[in-house]
Amino acid sequence: MSDIQVTPDIKPVRTETGVKVDVGQALPEYVNELTTLNLGPTHPATHGIFQNILQMDGEKIVSGVPTIGYIHRAFEKLAEHRPFYQITPLTDRMNYCSSPINNMGWHMTAEKLLGIEVPKRAQYIRVIMMELARISDHLICNSILGVDTGAFTGFLYLFQEREKIYDIYEELCGTRLTTNMGRIGGMERDFNDRAEAKLRKFLKDFPAVMKEFEGMFNRNRIFMDRTVDVGPLTPERALSYGFTGPNLRAAGVDYDVRVMNPYSSYEDFDFDIPVGHNGDTYDRFMVRNEEIWQSLRIIQQALDKLPKGPYYADAPEYYLPPKKEVYRSMEALIYHFKIIMGEIDAPAGEVYHCVEGGNGELGFYLISDGGRAPYRLHFRRPCFIYYQAYPEMVVGTTLSDAIVILSSLNVIAGELDA
Amino acid sequence: MTNQEVFEDLNNRFGDAIFDVHEPYGFLTLTTTRENIIDVLQYLYSHQTFQVQFLTDITGVQYPELAGNEFAVVYHLHSLVNNFRLRIKVFIPAADPVIPTATGLWASANWMERETFDFFGIVFRGHPNLMRILNMEDMDYFPMRKEYPLEDQTRRDKDDAKFGR
Repeated sequence: MSDIQVTPDIKPVRTETGVKVDVGQALPEYVNELTTLNLGPTHPATHGIFQNILQMDGEKIVSGVPTIGYIHRAFEKLAEHRPFYQITPLTDRMNYCSSPINNMGWHMTAEKLLGIEVPKRAQYIRVIMMELARISDHLICNSILGVDTGAFTGFLYLFQEREKIYDIYEELCGTRLTTNMGRIGGMERDFNDRAEAKLRKFLKDFPAVMKEFEGMFNRNRIFMDRTVDVGPLTPERALSYGFTGPNLRAAGVDYDVRVMNPYSSYEDFDFDIPVGHNGDTYDRFMVRNEEIWQSLRIIQQALDKLPKGPYYADAPEYYLPPKKEVYRSMEALIYHFKIIMGEIDAPAGEVYHCVEGGNGELGFYLISDGGRAPYRLHFRRPCFIYYQAYPEMVVGTTLSDAIVILSSLNVIAGELDA
Repeated sequence: MTNQEVFEDLNNRFGDAIFDVHEPYGFLTLTTTRENIIDVLQYLYSHQTFQVQFLTDITGVQYPELAGNEFAVVYHLHSLVNNFRLRIKVFIPAADPVIPTATGLWASANWMERETFDFFGIVFRGHPNLMRILNMEDMDYFPMRKEYPLEDQTRRDKDDAKFGR
């Protein structure tokens, strides 16, 4: 036993409601001191490069100041110097967990400006790919939320399924993560038998894995203790902060772009919009899980009803001709050259088009002055807009809660910084 | 709730302060002045039937050839109740690129305005924390302005001859 006093001389007072500690005057200075904690920029729990400077009072967070922009790549500036078809790869790199949605969103924006009507088959293929992307996006968010609460197993199970989604991407565009999928005017490849076989196998196998995952988490005592009532947000605050997507729906507002402003034939499908009650971490998790089931429903319907016909629009000035044609016909060769060299002038106009991205309303505001590249292109990135609510959500919670809240918001650094 | 109804209502209330109304691709677009912008936003926000209460986006556009109207600040608004969208533009001169902030109406305007300031140098008067957000603090120019070409002109470590320029 040593008699060095390491704690200040505070006497707990027993009252009717519990033990009260009188933190009056006689505290030594170091007790009132706040600790500055740098959460990030490269911290394994931030899942991306962004920093939060937290002021900590012991385990409690007193204030948080986010610093972002670590992977800002000036996409909006780059887009002003590129022909339209070269902008697609830029959009890949925004929300890289669901790049097909970004790609299709951009294609649809360009098509709106150019007045191209896309055939039904291409629209259905797009819906299938976008919903697969949504599933893979939500899988990552939810399984990593599991990792952050200490459950690694779900992550391993679900990442195997994500690989299968990426295999399906590969059949349609040849790549896996940054997909650059589709073209202005349709898809670059038809939905072939191999892709269909893979998709049908995925639809058959995946529900069992998903059920297992839900069985592990949905009513797990430890998981619920960590997430229920952690980082709740009222619908009013969520709307004021510009929340969209699953995070807004978790707060109880049923706003979904797919229903409000249907695009790419979403009105043909029957699906539900899940909403939560409290807008806390648990609700966000549950809403995402349910959205995965709804996405599966949409994919099943789209696959069953997949219309026959062409998979790209008749828009020779924007849609690359088939390679076979380029070697044989003069016209195709000319169009191929013109498109690749970016020598096609787009009509002047102003378009805002939005799609329901993995994280919410992903908008493209495009101004064309009649030149070859956009005069101005602005991306409405849902992550960037709702991440500013993070300090308000974490103040008063503990560090471990802050990690879980960050994870459940699904902040993707690429989309945050563009 | 149609474009026509909204325009007529705004026109009754603000008269000449609402001008240059058009509908590109069916999207109601109107222009107002910086003296009126907050009143217009506030009016639409608290309107009994319109309830335009969701701020989708704030961004800037530069038109260097429009003398006296070099910068445009573009607001995209959304009435979730009526599922109605509109776009409001405000043109401001480059010599005095100042516009009142909308942070009093929406918390989300905070970072949108910081981003617009960061890239265009548009100053939002009354903003609680108007600092750069994506670029570094000590940057001394506004990179999205048209006078700054894509290649960073401040760099001296690149030999143009080697890049065929």
